[in-house]
Amino acid sequence: MDLGPAVIGRRGIRFVSTMGGLCLLLGKFVLSLKHIPRSRSVIFQQLYVIGVRSLPLVAVISIFVGAVAAWQAAYQFKFIGAPLRLLGQAVGKAVVIELAPVLSALVVAGRVGAGIAAELGTMRVTEQIDALDAMGINPVRYLVMPRILACLFMMPLLVMFADFIAVAGGLVVSVIGVDVSSETFLNGFKNSFKLSDFINGLIKAGVFGFIIGLVGCYEGFKAEQGAQGVGRATTTSVVISSVLILVFNFIFAVVLFRI
Amino acid sequence: MQSAYIHIQGLRKSFGEHPILKGVDIAINKGESIAVIGQSGCGKSVLLKHLIRLLEPDEGTVVFDNRDLVWLNTAELVEVRRRFGMLFQSAALFDSLTVEENVGLSLKEQRLLSDSEIHDKVMDKLNMVRLSSAADKYPEELSGGMKKRAGLARAIVNDPDVLLYDEPTTGLDPITADVINDMIVELHKKLNVTSVAVTHDMRSAFKIADRIVMLHDGRVEFDGSPEETRITSNPIVAQFIRGEAQGPIQER
Repeated sequence: MDLGPAVIGRRGIRFVSTMGGLCLLLGKFVLSLKHIPRSRSVIFQQLYVIGVRSLPLVAVISIFVGAVAAWQAAYQFKFIGAPLRLLGQAVGKAVVIELAPVLSALVVAGRVGAGIAAELGTMRVTEQIDALDAMGINPVRYLVMPRILACLFMMPLLVMFADFIAVAGGLVVSVIGVDVSSETFLNGFKNSFKLSDFINGLIKAGVFGFIIGLVGCYEGFKAEQGAQGVGRATTTSVVISSVLILVFNFIFAVVLFRI
Repeated sequence: MQSAYIHIQGLRKSFGEHPILKGVDIAINKGESIAVIGQSGCGKSVLLKHLIRLLEPDEGTVVFDNRDLVWLNTAELVEVRRRFGMLFQSAALFDSLTVEENVGLSLKEQRLLSDSEIHDKVMDKLNMVRLSSAADKYPEELSGGMKKRAGLARAIVNDPDVLLYDEPTTGLDPITADVINDMIVELHKKLNVTSVAVTHDMRSAFKIADRIVMLHDGRVEFDGSPEETRITSNPIVAQFIRGEAQGPIQER
């Protein structure tokens, strides 16, 4: 791979331009918030499309995340000789703090973020966004604001749902596969449960949702060159949101969970 | 001397390293019907999009009704855009809305009329383009010609002063294209509007326009009446209207 100064320079310019574009769109989004009341119906529609329709996928992912967390924790406990009564605690902490918010966000970035980029990208290349502008309708208010708000509000709800399903998945594996009673598992979970962990997980989810919506809309809006451009926008939106989710997750770990 | 209704002066626009418009000057009077012709990729659509500031010029000005579009703030721009109606090349209908919802969207967003008033106005416009029977259909259920007619109804729903057409007959069979041409002529007279159409379909240009402007190599190559266009000795225009491969214009 050629990594000459010209290539590095071009990529640097592209990075700065993307970050600048995201900030500009963020500014326009903030300005469009004053029109929330008149966009109520579009916002509710997006809450349904983005949130409710993601429930089955998040449920499937969460049940297996909880199950594998319980299995792997039990495997490690046996290896270091830790008591299995702590299994509920380990699974609960891992799910609520990290696994549910991050994995749900990555899955939603793939489903919703890509969907937004593809939909808006298609609207861009078929001149539907130009048509909105031509009719005097602000495309940021009509298309971007409802989608970002829906991602922002639905992601914490999805993570709350994922927390519940993943812990249930962990419980089932603990009872059936590891021979820990449900009472022992749930006691361990309850004793270690901290409301602040749960709330921090939801705050992270909100930020991740915001990233997914903003990046999906940005990439869709700047799509060009037909089907190839829409494909590129879709892929790029998933890549950028996934990277940003993991970077922000680390920042949250350092800021919210002090050692 | 009366100033032009739409005055394009010294318009330049580049995309990246590629200059598309290299200094275009056109003055359009109120009530005129102009066809801008030229090869594919010569910047006709780019020029059209500058008339409602869907694109910003690198240099030059576009003045509409004595107001320079570049200096309008957002609210003023919205107000000016609502005095225009535009038919896009692919009609650009919103896939998720029915024909009636597409046509009425702008009125609904302005929130000046009740739902029943919007419905009546939309049906009136759909009747004008003879598409009222397809009001409940989605764009994917329409033929190419029906899509264009729905796009036309949407373009005229705000009772505009200016109608812009981006390749109105592209992709249509000759019969349907002629129906659209007839409709453009009919709307121009009935609504008493100024019309600007960009096209490379000479049959359409001769039928709908009372003035033809040819863009070539980023500049205005020719500006005259349809009769002058037919008999011009300009070799570039002559080659283009006859559609000949040999001549000063090279394939892009």
